[in-house]
Amino acid sequence: MESRFTGRAHVYGDDIDTDRIIAGKYTKTLNLQDLADHVLEDLDIDFRSKLTKGDVLVAGTNFGCGSSREQAPLALKVAGVSAVVAKYFARIFFRNAINIGLPVLEVPDLEADSGDEVEIDLKAGVVKNLTKHTEYRASAMPQVMIDILDQGGLVAYLKKNGTYDASAL
Amino acid sequence: MAGMTVAEKILSRHAGRPVAADELTVIDVDAAMMSDTTAPLAIKAFREMGGTKPWNPERTFLVIDHASPAPNERIARLHDIMREFSRETGAVLYDVGEGICHQLMIEDDRVRPGEAFFGADSHTCTYGALGAFATGVGSTDLAAVMLTGKTWLKVPRTIRLEITGRIRPGVEAKDLALAMVGKLGFAGATYQAVEICGEALVPMSLDERMTIANLGIEMGAKAALVHPEGLELPYDFDASAISPDPDASYVRELTIDGAALRPQISKPPRPDATVDIDELIGTKVDVAFIGTCVNGRLRDLHAAARILEGKRVAPGVRLMVSAASQKVFLAAAKDGTLATLTAAGATFLPSGCGPCVGTHLGVPGDGEVVVSTANRNFRGRMGNPEALVYLASPSVVAAAAVAGEIVDPADLED
Repeated sequence: MESRFTGRAHVYGDDIDTDRIIAGKYTKTLNLQDLADHVLEDLDIDFRSKLTKGDVLVAGTNFGCGSSREQAPLALKVAGVSAVVAKYFARIFFRNAINIGLPVLEVPDLEADSGDEVEIDLKAGVVKNLTKHTEYRASAMPQVMIDILDQGGLVAYLKKNGTYDASAL
Repeated sequence: MAGMTVAEKILSRHAGRPVAADELTVIDVDAAMMSDTTAPLAIKAFREMGGTKPWNPERTFLVIDHASPAPNERIARLHDIMREFSRETGAVLYDVGEGICHQLMIEDDRVRPGEAFFGADSHTCTYGALGAFATGVGSTDLAAVMLTGKTWLKVPRTIRLEITGRIRPGVEAKDLALAMVGKLGFAGATYQAVEICGEALVPMSLDERMTIANLGIEMGAKAALVHPEGLELPYDFDASAISPDPDASYVRELTIDGAALRPQISKPPRPDATVDIDELIGTKVDVAFIGTCVNGRLRDLHAAARILEGKRVAPGVRLMVSAASQKVFLAAAKDGTLATLTAAGATFLPSGCGPCVGTHLGVPGDGEVVVSTANRNFRGRMGNPEALVYLASPSVVAAAAVAGEIVDPADLED
């Protein structure tokens, strides 16, 4: 996975639940493009038309709360979102995103407006707002999550390692 | 070493060493469960990982409940993937109509106190009702459990929530659950476990405890563990293994005055937007829904039947009822509850999750107001972003169906 990239920010608020990321009526499919076609539909009906591949989603607190549906990070990833930066995430969404290889960064003090150019350095855990000339440090992730993300997701990680190694946490 | 919380005790046993809050650990998992929303992706990921048979097929459960029976050919194919996986691997399948996954896991003795249970459904926390460390994960995490029999996690800190006093007649477990979510907030327990205890819980049945533990995820909790005082199960269990040590360390301790509690309602679009019913008296209602993994059990249908006995649903109101399982449905058929509710105008839907999650049946119209016994009222939750969903107890929902507006069930009985 590319560890440093830039994208345009799309900024939304607090408590965005997984139903609004992808509604339950769209989750019953293995065609991932179907998910992407409806991503964030009940939050912002225009999101799909505004999104350019590589853009970054920026949100407030508790992003991805609610359902355990992995279709939520999948919809974002397949639609072309390169990373999600939030003040903090709901637990299941955070794990799911890492497991499917969607970078997620917890940045409690990030300030950004929609349209700002954002640079993300995953290895360094740094988010820069290039438009506002500000720089932020993301909360540290457990090593196991860094390793899973580095390999592109949990499927690749377990194909390589076979199981979880308690000494590698 | 300091005393242990319930989560620390259970996770220590599954880690094979003593673990405390904030530690990262790999644990052995006792059982895994997935639904038709999450199983197809989990099976795909499992195969991509190189998996052929789950680590323990007898304790791997597939439940077809979210869009059941299949509403279209696309979903029928997903159901077939689950049936085929069960045939090939020996994983246990619950097919169309048998019930909602969480109801089935407890009703069918698939989870026991002190176990570590992982389900690809966020309301897996329900099994904290009987002292299991049970938590929701996504499809790929569940695939990894099937492959390895293990998972990794951070041992959560624990919040202790005590509900003092006995709740009054007319107040139900659901009211306590909504009050709890209102008090702690939508993210109030994120990354943490919650232990729920107190005098109000002691007389409660397993069904009622399930209603309370079920809403743990609506506070973001990793696990919602109800203390075992008063818990009755049809087998012996070690209560000390699912009780905290007296000197356990909590990140936060809160109380709710159970004796003072009024019936509660959560306003759209947030489960934590909880208010006393009194604030909403007179709100016009179009749809009333009784069912789900929160409130689709026999005692819930009985509560509704007490209100609806000999009455009719108000003109223009649609009342839908879904028993949480076939067993619940059969019991309600045998004891006359089904007849009482149907005579009052209720429409019975298949046992499953469809209406609650907007995947199948009962989708409300634009601008319509729904009162529901479910656990979520997010925008679009029931399949239409233009509808408004209020969460309440079975009695409050039944009373609203009769009156055509939100009323205190106690006033209706006069």
